[in-house]
This record gives sequence, structure tokens and C-alpha cells, in this order.
Amino acid sequence: MYDVIVIGGGVTGCAIARELSKFEGKGCVIEAGDDVCSGTSKANSAIIHAGFDAAPGSNKARLNVRGNAMMDELAEKLDISFRRNGSLVVRTAEQPEEGLRQLLEKGRQNGVPGIRIVAGEELRAMEPNLADTVVEALYAPTGAIVCPFEMTIAFAENAYENGMEFRLETTVKEIEKEEGGYCVRVEKRAADQTVTTEELHTKAVVNAAGVYADVWNNRVSENKIHITARKGEYLLLDKVAGNHVQHTIFQLPGKMGKGVLVTQTVHGNLLVGPTAKDIDDKEGVNTTPEGLDYLPDSAAVSVKNLPLRQVITSFAGLRAHEDGDDFVLGEAADAPNFYNAAGIESPGLSSAPAIGEEIAAEVAAKLGLQKKEGFKDTRKGVQHLAELSMEQRNELIRQNPAYGNIICRCEMISEGEILDAIHRPIGARSLDAVKRRTRAGMGRCQSGFCSPRVIDILNRECGIPMEQVRKNSGASNFIVGKNKEI
Amino acid sequence: MKQYDLVIIGGGPAGMAAAIAAYDEGVSDILIIERDKELGGILNQCIHNGFGLHTFKEELTGPEYAARFAQQVYERGIAFKLNTMVMDISEQKVVTAMNAHDGMFEVQAKAVVLAMGCRERSRGALNIPGYRPAGIYSAGTAQRLVNMEGFMPGKEVVILGSGDIGLIMARRMTLEGAKVKVVAELMPYSGGLKRNIVQCLNDFDIPLKLSHTVVDIEGKERVEAVTIAQVGADRKPIPGTEERYTCDTLLLSCGLLPENELSRTAGVELSPVTSGPVVNESLETSVEGIFACGNVLHVHDLVDYVSQEAAVAGRHAAEYIKADAMEKSSGKTIQIEGEGGVRYTVPGFIRPDCMDENLTVRFRVGNVYQNCSIVTYFDDREIARRKRPVMAPGEMEQIILQKKQLQNDVSRVKIVIEPNS
Repeated sequence: MYDVIVIGGGVTGCAIARELSKFEGKGCVIEAGDDVCSGTSKANSAIIHAGFDAAPGSNKARLNVRGNAMMDELAEKLDISFRRNGSLVVRTAEQPEEGLRQLLEKGRQNGVPGIRIVAGEELRAMEPNLADTVVEALYAPTGAIVCPFEMTIAFAENAYENGMEFRLETTVKEIEKEEGGYCVRVEKRAADQTVTTEELHTKAVVNAAGVYADVWNNRVSENKIHITARKGEYLLLDKVAGNHVQHTIFQLPGKMGKGVLVTQTVHGNLLVGPTAKDIDDKEGVNTTPEGLDYLPDSAAVSVKNLPLRQVITSFAGLRAHEDGDDFVLGEAADAPNFYNAAGIESPGLSSAPAIGEEIAAEVAAKLGLQKKEGFKDTRKGVQHLAELSMEQRNELIRQNPAYGNIICRCEMISEGEILDAIHRPIGARSLDAVKRRTRAGMGRCQSGFCSPRVIDILNRECGIPMEQVRKNSGASNFIVGKNKEI
Repeated sequence: MKQYDLVIIGGGPAGMAAAIAAYDEGVSDILIIERDKELGGILNQCIHNGFGLHTFKEELTGPEYAARFAQQVYERGIAFKLNTMVMDISEQKVVTAMNAHDGMFEVQAKAVVLAMGCRERSRGALNIPGYRPAGIYSAGTAQRLVNMEGFMPGKEVVILGSGDIGLIMARRMTLEGAKVKVVAELMPYSGGLKRNIVQCLNDFDIPLKLSHTVVDIEGKERVEAVTIAQVGADRKPIPGTEERYTCDTLLLSCGLLPENELSRTAGVELSPVTSGPVVNESLETSVEGIFACGNVLHVHDLVDYVSQEAAVAGRHAAEYIKADAMEKSSGKTIQIEGEGGVRYTVPGFIRPDCMDENLTVRFRVGNVYQNCSIVTYFDDREIARRKRPVMAPGEMEQIILQKKQLQNDVSRVKIVIEPNS
């Protein structure tokens, strides 16, 4: 019998799980993917918003500003790549002046610190590559960039170290109210694709199921919600293009819609996106010709001379958009001990720390869970060689020669880092899981060089047969058989 | 810091040939740094034959060709480090590298030869829409899996791009039991050698669809289908021409990119056309004492030419170390310009004083040309005219310039493709 089951191992579920692990009680995160951070949390703008965008008084506004303020300490304690690069919302000459001032006013009401309007030489000095038609911008110094993989994985690892259980590749099939709580029926798919089912019993359920959160809420509550998958497509550019802008450049919404952002990523690439298109398929993460054509045109409104020859990949993610246009949070009125963290779209990543804090406190109070003695509030990520001096690297290589063996040559990731990713809590078992923990395969050759080597390492270290080493979940195997035996 | 006369970055065909030539020119204090576990570079996974027709007058497999050069490296006692990644090259020729045995270390070189080769263009760089499932490989990655590890990356295959590795892999996958359904090529001509189209596609009844590209990839876990469509003159897909192929694998052979990230760290000027360094007649880059050869300089189709070119770079590096090149140069330079379909030339300029008796100038054309000639002008004076019945972007062309012809007041060499009258 669990005290709490969290459905969904995205950034929201993992942030809640980490906060819950501060309390006594038995908890479990159920994730359909082969790894945490394998849905919406892995494909977004990787931004910690300042918080001026959401309507004052909304959950989004409150939790975004709070979440943003929590990030410095979290990044330090949990070893998350995070940088306050500041954001600019740019206005072009043909757009009305009021637009930017309304945004400034909204930001002040939301309690965003330090925001102001910049123009002229100051603005050009901040960003020389802004489009010539840009006349002024709303500057938010607390705007920041983060690695969403590291953030989600850090929450998960830290929760795990503090006693939270994680069930991966486990899909919730049914939830039913029962005496004293809920029965959650799950299906587990093994690497060889065999399926086993199990019934889990829990006092409380936290619904952090992303684009599927409406399904589970509607199963137990008459207060129906409706979530639409809103697709966002992105282009990612090589690190040689990373300094094209320093800040996160948003556009003031205009006749052409919201426009796309252009930002440096925390690892030094350049990111352009997202598009916004409502789709029916909750797994529809394909990019489209329309989307890929639209992105450069839209980006050109705010930033000039984008080096599009440097695109190294494109991808799409799905925002969980709820009809009410705000986060749906807290205990369902007619389903005691069923807690929603639903409709978590932008600024969901920014708000995740605050959502975690709020939901966990609510659950703990209701269940009467006591604060845990000896909660470990720090976590160390994979040791990245690139951050070390030559002396430090050589000390590490002396202790473990695998750190001297480069596997991913684009990002200069060593075998030691990959072994660390595999053998740590909630260790990587697929190439994408290795990639999200180490960046191996995330560079300009997009894993052409390192993928056979990482397949070999997973085979050797985890005893996964070559034919069953996968890109991520399901039947995403790379190898179909031995030569001449297929 | 340990010092070497010559440090060679890369132990593939280019690096080995450069080392051998430099040694034979009298420089023996050489270090080759190779990131893989053996010398030979990409040749080690090219187990088909057809290598070495020019160099050895016989058909060798890739590993055999590499072994002949490796043998010469061993015989000369030239030092090399394997499993070692070069991380940085400074303008002062300090090379920073790392391996499991030595850790991270620096060496000071008098001269450096860049021989890092190239990498394949990835799916992301091609802007192909669709899902991102398992089953999408660059042709070279698939080649490594099949030829070096003995594992099949798929059963039913669509190939985008008709570069040589893609053509070779169409045959290879077929021989290992896979079904290659189609090879689609964006351009109206193939990017590969004619002989590869005949031997790898035609002989196996694999259709080649020119002016076609991939417009959708289906499959959320593993590739399930690929849709290709015809493209117009603007290379954009023509609606209504889509054809869907069920398959579990998409191989990409859409061009090779010289791998010059290290050259950049050394401040070497790169050509926007080749993505390789701009070099003079000695294959020296814009940074004095740093030379380049092989696919890092420009992408070749025959390894024999790589070996020849690398030997030139190695020999000139040795001369530089012995300091007679500097003394020879009067500072005069002559630009080589390509016109009328000549996309680039290697080298890009000549110092006539430093030139060998014969200088091979290699280039590629930008389109398919029939019944044309390669015409060489010194300023506006026609010097040579050679008829070529067919020229294509997939086949590298060359001319030979003679030093004795260039001694007069030539200020410009021009290479032009002209139709035969």
C-alpha cells in the first residue's frame, strides 16, 4: 500500500516527487517512458520565464514567479545547469506602443523584479543582431535558461535517494476509487516487449500525466477537464551559432500571432521556436514541412542573419493546454485524495519547483505525513569533464581511465561520463537516456559517430542484448539481428 | 611540454601518407594522433574492393589499402598514439589531446598536418520533417555496424542521397539479406561515382529516383514508413508526387562535411565552398606551418588522390620544418580562380617560387556537363584545353600546372568549363 502514487515522470511529477520525499510515507512515480523526462519536459524552450506573461492572479502567474525565484538555490543544490541570461520582448516599429507597456504593467502586478523597457543604443548594445525594425524591448533580468533534462533528472534522482520509488515503462491503464484510496492498475512493458499487469493500492494519487492528465481526472471526477495537445516545433543550431544572441528574445504578439523565440541554450546552442498548432494525437511529436518553413520566417521578425546553415536538428514537443487556460491544481472536489497538476503548459517548466512545493504540502497535510529526518537536499550530477581544469581531469583519469576515453567527439563526452549515467540512481538504459544525462549524441553529428559505441557500452554494462538496446522506449531497437541472419 | 617536429592530426589515409612523405623528406620526429583503436581511419569499415587502382595498380579492400600504408608507418618507426582525441590546436601549434593512458596532455609542434577527415550530414541538418524514431542512420554509421560489428541495422531500407557510401551500403545491405526498396536523390544527378551506380544499384535492380526527397518519416518507436516525393527545379517537393514506402530503416548519404572544428581553434581560415581550409600550393593553411590534406581539406571520391595529396602536404611540412620553404618565397602569389561551373580549386593560390615542377590542382564542377572542355588561362592567355565528354559533381577533376610555364608575369590562373564548339 502506497501513501502516494504520482502519475507522470515529467518535470512536474518529479518536482512533486522530490518535495514529497521530504515527508515520511511510501511514494511511487509511474512513468510510461523508459526514462523520466521523456515527454513534454524534454521538448520545450528550456526557459525559466520571468513571469510577466500570465494573467495577474492566475496559477500560472503566481507559480511562475515563485518557481523562478527558487531556481538559484535549486540549481546550486541539485547541480542543474542554469543561467540568468535575461529576456527581451521586442516590439517592431509597426506594432503599437501600448502592447509592451501592458506587458510591463502585468509583470509589475505579478511581482516580477527589475523589469523595464530598453531602447536605442542600450538595446543594440545588448543584442546587436536584433532585426532592424525592432525599436524597443521589455527587459526582464530574471529571465533564465536551464537544461530541462538535468532539471527533471535531478529532481528524480534526489527523490529516489530520499526513498521515492520509480516505475519506468509502466503505463497506467485504470484508476478506481476504493476503500481508503485508489486502485491503480498498471501495465509494465519489458525491454523484450513482454507485458505484465499489476494492481497498486494507494491512499492518494497525484495526476501529473501531462497531455493525458484529463483522462485520469475525468475517470475519477465529475469536474471534467479537457486537454489539447498543442504542438511546438523547434530548430536547434550548432554551438558555433550560439552567440548570435545572448538573451532570450521573445516577440510582442502581433497580427502574425505570438511569434517564435530565439535563445541561447544553457549549453551554448541556439534554439528557435516554437510553432503552435493544436493536434488530435497526444503522441504526435512529428515535425512538419509547414512548421519547419515557418520557423525561420517568424524568427526573422526579431533577429536578423540567423545562420540557418548551422541547424543540427529539429524536433517537436506537445504542450498540455487546458481549455480554462490555466494550471488545474489541487485536490479534486469530488475525488478525495486525488490531486491534479494538470494543464501544465508554458510556463510549466518555470513553475515546476513551486507546483511541487504546493502540491506536496497539500498532500502531506491531508495524509498527516511528518517531515522526514535526514532528508538529503543535495544531489551531484554526472561529472562533466569539460568543466574541469587539466589537473582535475588528469586526477579523474588516474582514478578511472574511462574518463580519458572520448566517446562523443562533438560534445567531447568520455566513457567515464557515460558509465556514470548508467550506474547512477535511475540509471540510463537507452541511448536517449544516456544523451539526456551526458549530452553524448547531442552535438553536430547527431550521434552518427557515438551511437554504435554507446550501444556497445549499454550491451556490456547492463547485459542488454545488442538487438534490445534501444533509442528510448517501446520497440525502438537499433539492431535487428546479426549479418545474414535477418 | 613534449616537443615534436611534426604532429599529424588523424591516422587515416591522409595522415599516414603525410607522415610517410615527411619522414622520407628527412623529418623523423613525428607523432600521429589517432582517435580510433587502429590506424586506417574510415577505410577500416570500407571492406568492399576498388581501392588503390591508381596507387598500387590493383584492386584492394579498404582495410588492405590502409594496411599497406600502416606497414610503411611501422617500418619507419613513426610514433603514433591511438584512442587519443585531440581537443585543441593553438595558433602557436600547441596540440592538446587526451587518452585513457596519458590523461590530458599538450605537445608543442614545429609544424602540424590537419588530416581529420570528414563527417556525414545528419538528418537534422537536412530539415526532413516527420518523427524521430530509431532506424534512421547515416550510411557510414550503418556501414560500421554491419562491417565492423556484424550487426544489421534494419531489414527493409530506403536510402536518401546517392553519395558513394549510400550506394555501397545499398549493395552491402542487400548482400546481407535486407531489401533496399529505393534510393532517392534530391539533385537531378547522382552524387556518387558512375561505377558505384552500376555495380551497387543497377546490378541489384535497386531503383534510383533522381530529383526526389523524403517528405515524411512515420513511426514513433522504430521507422515504419518513409514518403518520398519528386522535387521541382527549386528542389521543393511537388504535391501529388508522394510515394509511401513501408520500411524499418532510412539511410542517409547526403553529403560529407570536412571536420574542421579543430582547425577553427587554431585560427585557420576556411573556405565557405569546401568548408575546408584555404591553402596554397604547399597545402599550407592561413596559419604558417599548419598544413591540411585529405577530406578535411575537401571531400575526395578516391582514396588514391587523398594519398597523393597528403604526400604533398607531408613533404612541404618537412620542408617547412627544415626552413627552406620560407627562404624560397619572394612573397609573390598567384590566385587560382574557377569559373563557368568550377565550384572551387585546391589549392586556392600559388607562390610560384615554392611550387613543385608539377602542381596538381583539384576541383569539382557544380553541375553535369557534357561535351565540354577544361580550359586553363594564365591571365587571358589560353594555356591548355582538355576535352571531357562528361563531368559531374560526384567526380573530382584535376589539371596539372607546370612551374616552368608560370615563371613569367602571370598574375592570375583561371580554370573554366567551356562547351566544345
